[in-house]
Amino acid sequence: MTSAAEHLDPALRVEALASLLAERGLIDEATVETFIKTYEQSVGPMNGAKVVAKAWTDHDYRARLLAEGTAAIAELGFKGPQGEHIVVLENTPTVHHVVVCTLCSCYPWPVLGLPPSWYKDPAYRSRVVREPRQVLREFGLELGDHVEVRVRDSSSEVRYMVLPERPAGTEGLSEDELAALVTRDAMVGVAKVAAP
Amino acid sequence: MDGIHDLGGMQGFGRVQQLTDAPPFAQPWEGKAFVIGALAARIAGTNLHAFRHAIERVPPAEYLVGYWNRWTIGAQIMMEDSGIVTDEEVRARAARLRGQDVPEPAPPAPHKPQMPSGGAGNLRSVETPPAFAAGDRVRVADLHPTGHTRLPRYVRGRTGTVTARQPGGVFPDTAAHFVGENPQHCYAVEFDSRELWGADAESFHLSIDLFEPYLERLT
Repeated sequence: MTSAAEHLDPALRVEALASLLAERGLIDEATVETFIKTYEQSVGPMNGAKVVAKAWTDHDYRARLLAEGTAAIAELGFKGPQGEHIVVLENTPTVHHVVVCTLCSCYPWPVLGLPPSWYKDPAYRSRVVREPRQVLREFGLELGDHVEVRVRDSSSEVRYMVLPERPAGTEGLSEDELAALVTRDAMVGVAKVAAP
Repeated sequence: MDGIHDLGGMQGFGRVQQLTDAPPFAQPWEGKAFVIGALAARIAGTNLHAFRHAIERVPPAEYLVGYWNRWTIGAQIMMEDSGIVTDEEVRARAARLRGQDVPEPAPPAPHKPQMPSGGAGNLRSVETPPAFAAGDRVRVADLHPTGHTRLPRYVRGRTGTVTARQPGGVFPDTAAHFVGENPQHCYAVEFDSRELWGADAESFHLSIDLFEPYLERLT
């Protein structure tokens, strides 16, 4: 692959590579299907939402989660690739964390699954380390001047997940009902969890 | 390397995309691309750092076409490096899949890199004591390596504060080139926005994890 090479349609390139690798016994249809199904169905933001809901309802769990994220997340059975060391950042009325990977697309797979398109896009990666308040505004989140903004660039093997604020008016909800409110965007720090 | 991938602080990319609940793969080929990339290091006998570096070497125009495009080309570059496939083979196969009757070149001879590994994953204990502790003021080295690094341009030469020691780990700058795991201490370093972007910058703090060789003590 050189810079002068003609652009090949990516879907066609994938098909060509897959067929060459299959011929050489290096990849097989069943493995491909298993991987896709895993990240389409089992590993995604619904895992992180369970972690958040538990932290909102169980004071001791919340303390463990903020102190030793990886271990507390593993208590709920979530671990695996891109989750070797997960740090949980707590958003409050006065401190707002937002996570990015400027160099590639590092993201805490066991709790959030694969990153969404906007997270991997050059606009987000280039701008959120330079003008995070403006970027959050474009996403629809306006933060007052009294809120301290803290941006985390994921440049090592540490992965970050945001523990968003529990919205008002959710006192009577069960853990499952709370988990249903938690969004991927809130766990990256580009949105808040809305009240039901 | 000072490549297109090192996007932090660049201007001109316009508004951020809309937030959506879209599933991970918009089309079936994207799922297949994901799996090829996820397996590429194993197939090529390399590692995660080499895969990142292969994506960094995707030509800039191709890099900006889209995520799964650069992911797939990165996987291909890494497999070319290990003699698993050649670009000529991929293009010939693509042409045949399109119905063109072109000859297919012979496959290359595999030559996977050899590098001893200290085990699974990337966290490692480091023999030497850490050079820095929380509270230390540090300057980021102004390094411009031609190979892989996890030191982005926008913090080079800037002054910040160590806020925490992170787990030590395999040093990406050497592991990506198969010259050793060379485990290093790693630190969360925090910067004031004005140190990075000047007096008119928005008010915020930025924290980034930097390996010890990227840091200099501020005297």
